[in-house]
Amino acid sequence: MQAFFAMGKYAAYVWPAYGISLLGLGIAVGFTLSAYARAKKRLAALEAGK
Amino acid sequence: MNPFAAILFRDMRLATRAGGSAALALAFFAAVATLVPLGVGSDLRLLARIAGGVLWIGAVLAALLSLDRLFQSDFEDGSLDLIALSPLPLEAMSFAKIAAHWLTTGLPLTLLSPLLGVLFGLPPAGYAPLMLSLAIGTPAVSAIGAIGAALTLSIRRGGLILPFIVLPLLSPAVIFGAGAVLGALDGLANGAFWLLGAFSLVAVLLAPFAAAAAVRLNLAG
Amino acid sequence: MASIFEFANPGRFMKLSGAILPWLATISALAIIAGIYLGFAAPPDYQQGETVKIMFIHVPAAWVAMMCYGLMALASLLGLVNRHPLADVAAKAAAPLGAIFTALALITGSLWGKPMWGAYWVWDARLTSFLLLLFLYLGYIALWNAIEDETRAARAAAILALVGVVNLPIIEFSVDWWNTLHQGESIIRSGGPLIAGVFLWPLGLMALGYTTLFFTLWMIRIRTEIIERRARALQLGIA
Repeated sequence: MQAFFAMGKYAAYVWPAYGISLLGLGIAVGFTLSAYARAKKRLAALEAGK
Repeated sequence: MNPFAAILFRDMRLATRAGGSAALALAFFAAVATLVPLGVGSDLRLLARIAGGVLWIGAVLAALLSLDRLFQSDFEDGSLDLIALSPLPLEAMSFAKIAAHWLTTGLPLTLLSPLLGVLFGLPPAGYAPLMLSLAIGTPAVSAIGAIGAALTLSIRRGGLILPFIVLPLLSPAVIFGAGAVLGALDGLANGAFWLLGAFSLVAVLLAPFAAAAAVRLNLAG
Repeated sequence: MASIFEFANPGRFMKLSGAILPWLATISALAIIAGIYLGFAAPPDYQQGETVKIMFIHVPAAWVAMMCYGLMALASLLGLVNRHPLADVAAKAAAPLGAIFTALALITGSLWGKPMWGAYWVWDARLTSFLLLLFLYLGYIALWNAIEDETRAARAAAILALVGVVNLPIIEFSVDWWNTLHQGESIIRSGGPLIAGVFLWPLGLMALGYTTLFFTLWMIRIRTEIIERRARALQLGIA
């Protein structure tokens, strides 16, 4: 387990790389999905009020 | 006088008047060449090696300064609409403007460069390559810059985003141009001049079409 | 990949994308999970040690960044030439995604480079071209945002995308040339000198996962734009 986290002394590079990738992809997914949800809500509200 | 020559000479006249873009470009170029040694120190060996790169960067930035006005002043006073209606194709007009820009910025910068090379302690072997690379490469700067200028034509303060667009596209010119000088200093047989020439040729031939397309779409609105 | 016909008809696109999306998203999630698992299960590389694991998130990001620009340029061309109404939307939607993947490629490349080459940044052909690619993406996005009229913005951005795509191979080539001439170091390709089978699987899975993730997000962004346009039309009392 220790060895896994140490990543053969490259932990300072491997983990941040994966972390930032996860963060970046998460941001991409988050923005995309929230914009989509907002748009759908707005359309639904307009179509209901029509 | 044919319309092409009319635009060419008019733009040149506008650029070379007092306080015009030609003087601005030269002044900026000289400023860069003076500030860099102040910033990096007076070690002449270091300065000699970076001379090609620094002067190339200075030339690009100096040319960039006047680019955002390339089409804009004509756009604002309606002349661009008149030219579009005239029999002169927009491609030819763009080419005339690119030529005028080069003649009033790129060419003077090229001619001034040996003097600034002295400030950098450029070895004798470097002067001809420096001038040659600038002479070949600055047309590409004007050409590609014109594309950016046409694209940002209708944007208020379009000058802010112009460098962002143009600089990545110009990076090959800087790489080849500065590389040519450095290669000559190192005595390496390098194809930089050929690559630079090819890049410039393609840029100058194709840019008028892209710029004209951009002008057209901005006029149509 | 979405066909031209989907772009031509918003309603058709909504239907087709609605059907494909769940599959794409699922494949993406599964591929990434499997890829990461296999990646961490793989042994350290003989030369690179455990840093080879960064390859699994660096190369796919770089691949998607480049593919995205190609798709953006293609959509731009279709928008300019064929005037397909959704082509411009597709190009605009792709750009921020491309920028994110490019940034991820740069950051992971930098973190891979430090143990490999001893520096966080090196001016090798790949990293430098990618930095310029990032600037192109940002300039493209800025241009879209700076021009108020939607149609004008679309066409200006399309021209920029096309000029950029012509210049991208030139940038890559010029930086490569610049490097070999003046740095004289052996260029280490992003993939590593040799890719053994045990690395190929996680790499392939991550590439699949990243690619399908991109298409998933891209489709959702296009759908979002279509919905927003419908909403705008309703608001203006047109529809």
